[in-house]
Amino acid sequence: MAAVTADQKTQSTSGTAKAAGTGAGPAAGGAPDAADAALLAAFDAAVAADDRIEPRDWMPEAYRATLIRQMAQHAHSEIIGMQPEANWITRAPSLRRKAILMAKVQDEAGHGLYLYSAAETLGTSREELLDKLHAGRQRYSSIFNYPTLTWADVGAIGWLVDGAAITNQVPLCRCSYGPYARAMVRICKEESFHQRQGYELLLALSRGTEAQHAMAQDAVDRWWWPSLMMFGPPDDASSHSEQSMAWKIKRHSNDELRQRFVDICVPQAEALGLTLPDPDIRWNEERGQHDFGAIDWTEFQQVLKGNGPCNEQRITQRRRAHEEGAWVRDAAAAYAAKHTTPSTRTAQPAQHVEETA
Amino acid sequence: MVLSHRLGEWAGHAPVLEEEVALANIALDLLGQARVLLSLVGDEDELAYLREERAFRNLQLVEQPNGDFAHTIARQLYFSVYQHLLYERLAAGDGEFAGLAAKAVKEVAYHRDHAEQWVLRLGDGTAESHERMQSGLEALWRFTGEMFQPVEGLDAAGTTAATGTTGTTDTAGATGTSGSGSGVDWAELESAWLSAVTATVERATLTLPTGPRSGAWAAGAGRQGLHTEPFGRMLAEMQHLHRSHPGASW
Repeated sequence: MAAVTADQKTQSTSGTAKAAGTGAGPAAGGAPDAADAALLAAFDAAVAADDRIEPRDWMPEAYRATLIRQMAQHAHSEIIGMQPEANWITRAPSLRRKAILMAKVQDEAGHGLYLYSAAETLGTSREELLDKLHAGRQRYSSIFNYPTLTWADVGAIGWLVDGAAITNQVPLCRCSYGPYARAMVRICKEESFHQRQGYELLLALSRGTEAQHAMAQDAVDRWWWPSLMMFGPPDDASSHSEQSMAWKIKRHSNDELRQRFVDICVPQAEALGLTLPDPDIRWNEERGQHDFGAIDWTEFQQVLKGNGPCNEQRITQRRRAHEEGAWVRDAAAAYAAKHTTPSTRTAQPAQHVEETA
Repeated sequence: MVLSHRLGEWAGHAPVLEEEVALANIALDLLGQARVLLSLVGDEDELAYLREERAFRNLQLVEQPNGDFAHTIARQLYFSVYQHLLYERLAAGDGEFAGLAAKAVKEVAYHRDHAEQWVLRLGDGTAESHERMQSGLEALWRFTGEMFQPVEGLDAAGTTAATGTTGTTDTAGATGTSGSGSGVDWAELESAWLSAVTATVERATLTLPTGPRSGAWAAGAGRQGLHTEPFGRMLAEMQHLHRSHPGASW
């Protein structure tokens, strides 16, 4: 499942981002000295010229903090996002579907790895980020707080959730921070593949028996609105967006991307033979776009606050996996400490995994 | 297929992210192998989802619940070493399964390496991991004898597969003449397995279990459709959705 980074823009109004708003320069420390001003000017010029910022380049602290927050949230979403789908691995109704689902969940773990690595180029560590996730100090996408109640949910997640994620993430392939942009290129390729598989799963159900069709429709009914919420609050309530767009971390507003997603989904739903649970969706000739109904922002805020259907369950499982795995990580560290110097032994686990993944 | 299912249960629960990837990767390899083998016999989904417990012929070892990470690794060590040695022998023959085994042997070599590396890390890691690894090895030891019982039916099929095989003289240098007709010299395979497992266990500062290698029932019970209690529950979960929609395609 894909992660999304837009949906929590509002509550993460971190003070740091404000402290060094774009034009203001390093305002926090009082009068900027000439060297700082020159660095900032060079940074601004690079961003303006669409050059990539690389790990060793100077960057405003607020830019660094915003990226760490966003990339961490993105990485966390990948690993929490494994849960709702893994919920169906043992019950997948055919061996082919089971293999596809296992491969997808494996890809998500891989995406988490890329993104933690990319975040580490900013001077943080995976351990630190995971600790923050477990302590509730960093977030993951709100969408993963919804339960997967039937097999069709696996398809709806692929089609809608991954679809929304891709809409959000394709522009990130041009993000001003190089390591993030490069990670997104790899991730988006795999996500597109997952989305097609999800669509194909739903299509098989929609064209299957009556019970299968009903299962597919029910899943789409439950996942549609939460998917629209993945784009984050409406533009007038998204304080963070402006800064991110100025830094070219973000390229389009939440509402623009949400509109784009609706316009993509309407014909796809028709092709699937399924309806979208919004009586207000209709083509607007004047705008050349679809109108659609109002999103329940109260529900969105509740989910963000931790009161969604699965918030507690998701974080508890993640914490438990981490805590129960502590002795394994300790063992690996102890073994490595004993055997590093005169090592004739083969690869470390991480390298090992990457070779074959 | 059964072991793949068990490994699939780890998704989202592994101790580190790298292991999420590795365990899923192994599960996928095993599922791929199972699908090829099942398709040789009939419809893979019918065989997977519509047989009842007594009709499954898997080893009891692979149906054992995951337990903690050390139990999972112990099960994986026992099975992956076995599978690797077996496939090497089958691949060296000229039978029906030689091609399949040749393809799968690359995958299982990786599974074996993964399991062996973890046995070393856990055995020679901390006091706690040492104890857990030892306990995993002990708990699953009783299911290892079953792997080396000639399999009725399978062995007959294997006769055509590997008649006149001389390839079994390879690794362990044992004689290649097989009495069972499967092309696999089960006694030779067993001794190769024992020495490989012993070497890893000792290098990991652990002790090879000394208990019996089969239960009160004759070793080979799984091959006769006699399973352990957790297996029925595993199948109930695995088959439920498929069985709830008879005749549906997915």
